[in-house]
Amino acid sequence: MSDRKSDSAPVLYMQRSREYYEAQGFERAYRYAHHDTVPFVRLRKPLAACTLGLVTTASTYPRASLEPRKVDSGPTVPAPTRLYTDDLSWDKQATHTDDPNTFCPIEHLQALAAEGVIGRLAPRFHCAPTEYSHRATLEKDAPELHQRLLEDEVDVVLLVPL
Amino acid sequence: MCHQTVSLVARYLEAHDLPTVIIGSALDIVEHCGVPRFLFVDFPLGNPCGKPWDRAMQQRIVRQGLSLFETADAPRHTVYSDETWGDDEWRRRYMEVNDDNRAALARQGEDLRRRRANRERRPD
Repeated sequence: MSDRKSDSAPVLYMQRSREYYEAQGFERAYRYAHHDTVPFVRLRKPLAACTLGLVTTASTYPRASLEPRKVDSGPTVPAPTRLYTDDLSWDKQATHTDDPNTFCPIEHLQALAAEGVIGRLAPRFHCAPTEYSHRATLEKDAPELHQRLLEDEVDVVLLVPL
Repeated sequence: MCHQTVSLVARYLEAHDLPTVIIGSALDIVEHCGVPRFLFVDFPLGNPCGKPWDRAMQQRIVRQGLSLFETADAPRHTVYSDETWGDDEWRRRYMEVNDDNRAALARQGEDLRRRRANRERRPD
């Protein structure tokens, strides 16, 4: 079944990628993560008093497409003028990633900290490696990211995938 | 995998007492996984925080994303951004499979499997 019924409806990426990989000859459909329950905690203090951590899926260094990936971090001051995204799946026909603020909005977060919307931006941002394996993310990368965010003493976390 | 990865990480952080917000563009993947707070920006994958060099739009999106920390009162809280990309051609084109590219995609798949197999054979 095609997901192209409406010209303006959100793209159904799970279906779209299933059809694409089938055309590439991959026989087993990828099983996307699904959960019936979702954790939720409330802020313990106003956002204006919180230190915010930022997580992106871009990288601070160029990666080959099949190169093993690892958690990576970079300073938020000064904001990076370039981050690496070539090995990730994003719409390379429709747009580009030359402007890091489109997916790692450090300059905007610094401005919003100066304005008092958040207390402050953490001194580092963190790069989450993308993995097909749910287990690799949950048992290796998520705990590592959590540890680094604790070291940064963050209160809340903004995550931005490409 | 970007949207699934951050969805899983957001769930992990939230389960460890850190409130999270995701700003992203793959609605189905994020909602299928199930996350606490999500600002959906209906843009081509790659620029969830706004069009390149459009500082005003980017700041509106980031500001709206941050507002979810204080407005959400239950998990699976998804808000749709009002921002628009400007044309819809990308929706049809992304990962499109048609009669013109079917043979090329099959060759790409073969090449990818061969490269993966070669990598696994390498001693290091």
